[in-house]
Amino acid sequence: MNLAPHQTRPGEVRGDHRVVASLVPDGARVLDIGSEDGALLDLLARERQVDGRGIELSQAGVNRCVARGLSVIQGDADTDLADYPDQAFDIVILSQTLQATREPKQVMSELLRIGRQVIVSIPNFAHWRNRMQLLFRGRMPVTKYLPYEWYDTPNIHFCSLRDFVELCRELNADVDKAIALSARGNKIPVNAPWWVWNIVAEQAVFLLKR
Amino acid sequence: MPVDTENPASSSSQSPEGLRSTEAETPSSKLVQFSTEDPLELDSGIKLAPWQIAYETHGELNADKSNAIVVCHALTGDQYVASTNPVTGKPGWWTLMVGPGRPIDTNHYFVICANVLGGCLGTTGPATLDPATGKPYGLDLPVITIRDMVRAQARLVDHLGIETLFAVVGGSMGGMQVLQWAASYPERVFAAIPIAAAARHTSQNIAFHEVGRQAIMADPNWRGGNYIQEGMRPTKGLAVARMAAHVTYMSDESLHQKFGRNLQDRDNLTFGFDADFQIESYLRHQGMTFVDRFDANSYLYVTRAMDYFDLAQEFDGSLPNAFKDTKTRFCVMSFTSDWLFPTSESRSVVKALNAAAANVSFVEIESDRGHDSFLLDVPEMFETIQGFITGSARARGLPAPGEAS
Repeated sequence: MNLAPHQTRPGEVRGDHRVVASLVPDGARVLDIGSEDGALLDLLARERQVDGRGIELSQAGVNRCVARGLSVIQGDADTDLADYPDQAFDIVILSQTLQATREPKQVMSELLRIGRQVIVSIPNFAHWRNRMQLLFRGRMPVTKYLPYEWYDTPNIHFCSLRDFVELCRELNADVDKAIALSARGNKIPVNAPWWVWNIVAEQAVFLLKR
Repeated sequence: MPVDTENPASSSSQSPEGLRSTEAETPSSKLVQFSTEDPLELDSGIKLAPWQIAYETHGELNADKSNAIVVCHALTGDQYVASTNPVTGKPGWWTLMVGPGRPIDTNHYFVICANVLGGCLGTTGPATLDPATGKPYGLDLPVITIRDMVRAQARLVDHLGIETLFAVVGGSMGGMQVLQWAASYPERVFAAIPIAAAARHTSQNIAFHEVGRQAIMADPNWRGGNYIQEGMRPTKGLAVARMAAHVTYMSDESLHQKFGRNLQDRDNLTFGFDADFQIESYLRHQGMTFVDRFDANSYLYVTRAMDYFDLAQEFDGSLPNAFKDTKTRFCVMSFTSDWLFPTSESRSVVKALNAAAANVSFVEIESDRGHDSFLLDVPEMFETIQGFITGSARARGLPAPGEAS
């Protein structure tokens, strides 16, 4: 994960993980890209009895995942998705990682190729706090949620929620569900039009299929 | 019908060499003998019979025979994975990994480790007597492949009445056997752990082996492979082969740390060809102790088996095809400083497994000890394997260590 990790106590489940898990059917065959320390895969295995696999960029993260009994390999979303056959998984999950890939569009089309359904969560760069920092300070936004300076951020391809929905349209992917979240990963419990979410949501989870 | 044999303990008064030649025929480990009616069909097309396989077991097989783990040994390993080697008197070669409370926990799992076909500690190999002549096979033994070794192990597993193995584990050539097991008997392998291995032997790997074989065959005492009946031993050639191979098992970094350019028991260079340097003295020692426990012809056969190994070739040149529709869970492991079986080779295996949509974990362990890392005390390796095995046990419905049984 390339955002500020919310410190979760052992046993505590991150809000966005909770939301992702709610979209995964029981017993599904799942590929989680960007598995970190395996918290989401572990949750899915326990609560959804999934047949789960993971790809994680950092070797230390991979080793922690495997040591806790999860099937995870070291790999890079930009280069290693090409190895998988078409429709190899019921669900492919890309959690808070798209903005750190070199070729987000290419990665998205690979996800849609290898998964029957795709769950993507992204930070919303058009959140009002970011807009304020740009508007009034004239500086690239640095928030608790996006803690990096422009020169050291791994997040090289930010987008707004609207941008992302537009990319999905270009890739002929249907947005089955979209759930707007606060920075802490809590659902924003109001029904609002897109332009409102594009201002108030700090992140969002999308369920896509093609 | 195959026959189980319990050999009376070998006499300990023998010389290492005498002890080893006794062990080659009548090992002090467990032994199954297959008669002429139970031949082993080899890749070379030859039916080997009679033949025998020597093995050790640890732990108890559970009632539904679902907790068996086969450990495959490397080039110069043996069945004494966790018990004392009768020739060297040394503890098992993987006691850090296999034993009570170890990652491969013999309180929970039934561990089987057999001497490979072509080996020299009790399984049929070139030092075994050829029933046709009453003399040791020598080079009359058909060339053995990794697949032949695995076939022999499968026959042993059949004999023990075990349908599906919970896991197959091994490093280096042992890892090659693990991959072969998973490809040849996918329904019989629930979990596979190939460590520091590859799906094929590279040109560089073959080159090093050829150097070793030529050293053995250049020894005048080798006698065209008939040294046993002529009462000779090609110890110099075998020692040189071991010295060359041993270098490939270590990293430049570990050699540098261990020996540097330090001199051996002297303050100055001698301007001669004695072992001035510690590394020379170390290698000579490695070579000399090796010849006491290993048969030169066995070294030829087993290195050849590794050279011939190319798993993809057996599946129309496609490694993913070797694992098509596999249900086996894999944990592939490599070490950063291993230049003999580098991470890139493990990665090719992982790539093929992904293409087959297999269940795979892949871990590269940071270690500066080179290829031999898998035999050494590398805590991260133990943690990873323990985690993988425990996760697999859960998936298999076996009580894992730490859980109520």
